[in-house]
Amino acid sequence: MPTVIVDGHEVEIGADERLNCIEAARRAGKEIPHYCWHPGLSVVASCRMCLIETGQRDSATGKVSMVPKLVPGCQTPVRDGTVIVTESEAVKESRARVEEALLIDHPIDCPICDKAGECLLQDYHFDHGQAERRADIHAFTSRKRDVGPTISLFVDRCIMCTRCVRFTREVSGTGELMVTSRGAKEEIDVFPGFPLDNKLAGNVVDLCPVGALGDKDFLYQQRVWFLKREANVCGGCSAGCSIHTEHNQDTVYRLKPRENPHVNTWWICDEGRYGWHHLHDSSRILAAGRRPTGHSHGNAEPFQPVEWADVVTGLRADLEQAGRLTVAVSPMLTVEEAWMLCGVARSIDPEAFLALGHVPIRGGDESFPGGFTIRGEKCPNRKGVEEVLAVFGAGGRTWNDLLAHVAAGHADAAWITAGYPAAWTDAATAESFAGLPCLVVQDLFNSPLTAHATWQLPAAGFAERAGTWINVAHHAQSFRQAIRPPAGVWPEGRLYWNMLGRRGLYDPVAVRRQLAESSPAFAPLGGDMPETGVDLRVRQLA
Amino acid sequence: MTEFKPVLLEAVGVPNGYTLASYRSRGGYAALEKILREKRPAEVVELVKSSGLRGRGGAGFSTGLKWTFLPKDHPGPIYLCVNADESEPGTFNNRILMEDDPHQVLEGTIISAFATRATTAYIYLRYEYPQSWHRLQAAIDECYAAGLLGNNIQGSGFSLDIYLHRGAAAYICGEETGLIESLEGKRAWPRIKPPFPAIEGVFKKPTVVNNIETLACVAQIARRGVEWFQSIGVPPNPDNPRDPGSYGPKLYCLSGHVEKPGCYEAPLGITLRELIDHHGGGVWKGRKAKAAIPGGISMGLFTEAEFDTPLDFAGPGKVGCLGLGTAAVVVIDDQTSIVDFLHNSCRFFAHESCGQCTPCREGTSWSLRMLERIRAGKGRLRDLDILLEIGNTMGMMPGSTICGLADGAAWPIKNAINKFRGEFEDFIKRTNPEGWMVTDPVPALQIVGAH
Repeated sequence: MPTVIVDGHEVEIGADERLNCIEAARRAGKEIPHYCWHPGLSVVASCRMCLIETGQRDSATGKVSMVPKLVPGCQTPVRDGTVIVTESEAVKESRARVEEALLIDHPIDCPICDKAGECLLQDYHFDHGQAERRADIHAFTSRKRDVGPTISLFVDRCIMCTRCVRFTREVSGTGELMVTSRGAKEEIDVFPGFPLDNKLAGNVVDLCPVGALGDKDFLYQQRVWFLKREANVCGGCSAGCSIHTEHNQDTVYRLKPRENPHVNTWWICDEGRYGWHHLHDSSRILAAGRRPTGHSHGNAEPFQPVEWADVVTGLRADLEQAGRLTVAVSPMLTVEEAWMLCGVARSIDPEAFLALGHVPIRGGDESFPGGFTIRGEKCPNRKGVEEVLAVFGAGGRTWNDLLAHVAAGHADAAWITAGYPAAWTDAATAESFAGLPCLVVQDLFNSPLTAHATWQLPAAGFAERAGTWINVAHHAQSFRQAIRPPAGVWPEGRLYWNMLGRRGLYDPVAVRRQLAESSPAFAPLGGDMPETGVDLRVRQLA
Repeated sequence: MTEFKPVLLEAVGVPNGYTLASYRSRGGYAALEKILREKRPAEVVELVKSSGLRGRGGAGFSTGLKWTFLPKDHPGPIYLCVNADESEPGTFNNRILMEDDPHQVLEGTIISAFATRATTAYIYLRYEYPQSWHRLQAAIDECYAAGLLGNNIQGSGFSLDIYLHRGAAAYICGEETGLIESLEGKRAWPRIKPPFPAIEGVFKKPTVVNNIETLACVAQIARRGVEWFQSIGVPPNPDNPRDPGSYGPKLYCLSGHVEKPGCYEAPLGITLRELIDHHGGGVWKGRKAKAAIPGGISMGLFTEAEFDTPLDFAGPGKVGCLGLGTAAVVVIDDQTSIVDFLHNSCRFFAHESCGQCTPCREGTSWSLRMLERIRAGKGRLRDLDILLEIGNTMGMMPGSTICGLADGAAWPIKNAINKFRGEFEDFIKRTNPEGWMVTDPVPALQIVGAH
């Protein structure tokens, strides 16, 4: 195996790995500071923060010959015997010089800067800079201009790493951003009339190492040191991008991409990034209710609130009494929830008709030059629900099959799980459930179905759930609950857990393990799930 | 010293010397036609390599050696870029060549393209040279009409197209990879090397970048032979095995405070004093010289006492300058403030820094602002140390930048302060009697106002 020597410590790297000095040093636990380098973008080696000393150890004699000058770590590949020195006096001096240079034109307006607290310029200055300011140049002010509908540019905070420019050229392929002027007067800008407006635009804010690019959706909403982050999965489409849900006091403030080489690499789309606002929409259904007459006719009749303990028993009683049950299992549910729901349904009616819930489709898949794809299927877990249905012998049944089943008069009761962030059904479709003795609707918002519902149950949003989703590429990712749902809302899993008569708190991990044991299709989910997930098609090979 | 007869500048003063007919009457294109008939490309490379020709653009790298870096048996295309973005302050030899003898340049270009197997050549021309533009384009048109360019030149099977590309007036486009980026239609930010242009240049294909004067020398070597070329100039220093020598004629651009500024052709190795006294008619107005730029502003400064240094590729380095550069000598008389000189130099580089690498972008602008303050009578002695520190840490040589622009910006700073420190100190003490000695850190920043 090739060996790299980082500050005197030997580190082995893979035989066919192509690493630069920053990546190799990271293996040895040494962080080489850098601004312009990003693993997902081309190398420009322009910020000069990653300057280090390198050399080569002769494999025969063991003699080390050093390169006589500093080299950028980002641009220098390592091979067997490469020597990296990250802490010499020359390196430290060079880092201090770069920090000093970057701060000459920087306004140092950290108190009013949104990036403060997660700013590389701050962090590196603390680690590598010097306390004294020698340049007696009055810094600029916080000039700001919009570069797009979602992004503001704070011009003077920019350190010209050009990550954002490269992103729009290499990943989104839209090329809106550019560098104008020359020398210290350089600025990032857009061409007049061509704003930064593409479906991946928000990523430039994540890429910005300083506070130059601000996301208007998040700007001035929250200081970043108040935020807590939970590793989550985006529910916006069937790509299932890994994200961090950043929240405080059960309020989501922003979503950030979480690096996952198997799914989304470093990026997420804007639709997913801003797709959390429905969680805090005031029109959400916040309590379980039942129309006391038991009839679903006459939509003027209000729902009477029902305590959750009574839902657990009353719902089962109503459905048992109604007779032939049909259940729509929403692709917004986790695998665990879907499995428990099917179990509940079959315990009520062993012949219950199970089908995949409505799958929202909007347009086709959309791919970008950098390899990122936004899926047209706007739900995160169709694959997972289909697999669960197959376990119950209902594989391949769709929402249309369910509608046909109801229209043919084979159902006396229907339990529709939904949980979609946007309107998903119309009055004509809802009408087909009008004659049913018992209709249960479990959803985030009122829909045309509400008029015909006997039971109305609130659903949980994506950040309020825990469990496992399986994306369009069969990649399963487990995640924990980021925030608690609003008061009065039980996540679906908690209701099903209780309806199955299980004791204690709902434990999605236990359910997942049980599912993995009982069904070979889910066997790969048995152990501890890595943060980046597992491929469901990888059956246990060993 | 025997009188030297100009070769490269042969056409200067000849009526209509820039036409094809005039160039042919001086023996032009005969060498090209002979090469096309009789030689193989490798032989031409060997010819130029053996002549010891070193690039005239500034770095002085062996031209023949550069050509051999091209990948062998490359399926093509291979490109030849001609660097005519002559923008080093004080330099105008390429302009003279392009205006007065464009066919000499084109013959050199065609021979070089033949040697490097390039089938397309781009001449990247400085925007501020309209006369060169017209003359070169007319000469290219003449060559096409005469069958010296285009498909199957003279029945040799060799084809070449030359495109004349006008830049947009940026100093950085004279850096070879900046030139390539600009030629591709991008912002002229120099590329990180490796890969060098010989491996991956214009449009990701192997590329040779040569200076106009280098190509004129190639034409003359082809016409007059290696022995003629090596009879001129300075042979290698036997004590330095890495010195390839400085052969051939060189165009020296003499300007500044001399009686007769102009472009003079002389053998490499002429001393600065000879150049000023023999060609330039001495320092103007009977004054004495204080200093001189040896080869474009980025090479640094000679003091008057160093004027006997030979202007060959090795000479300026012996007195602490960066190198011969473009051999553009700018003489500064004893009535000129070296503070003003350095301010002007810093202003140029702060304006022309492309802004890619942090040390150069901020270093050039910081040094300019410091010099503006010094000139405004608020200098401190400590500023000189900071200026020197910027000069010592900025550039390709310490490793802190991608291209050599920062070295060029650093050298005048280092030379001026090291060689004329007394004058700087006197100026600062005289103009800032209250504060020259202050070394305190600058007070805290002004509080930033709200948006």
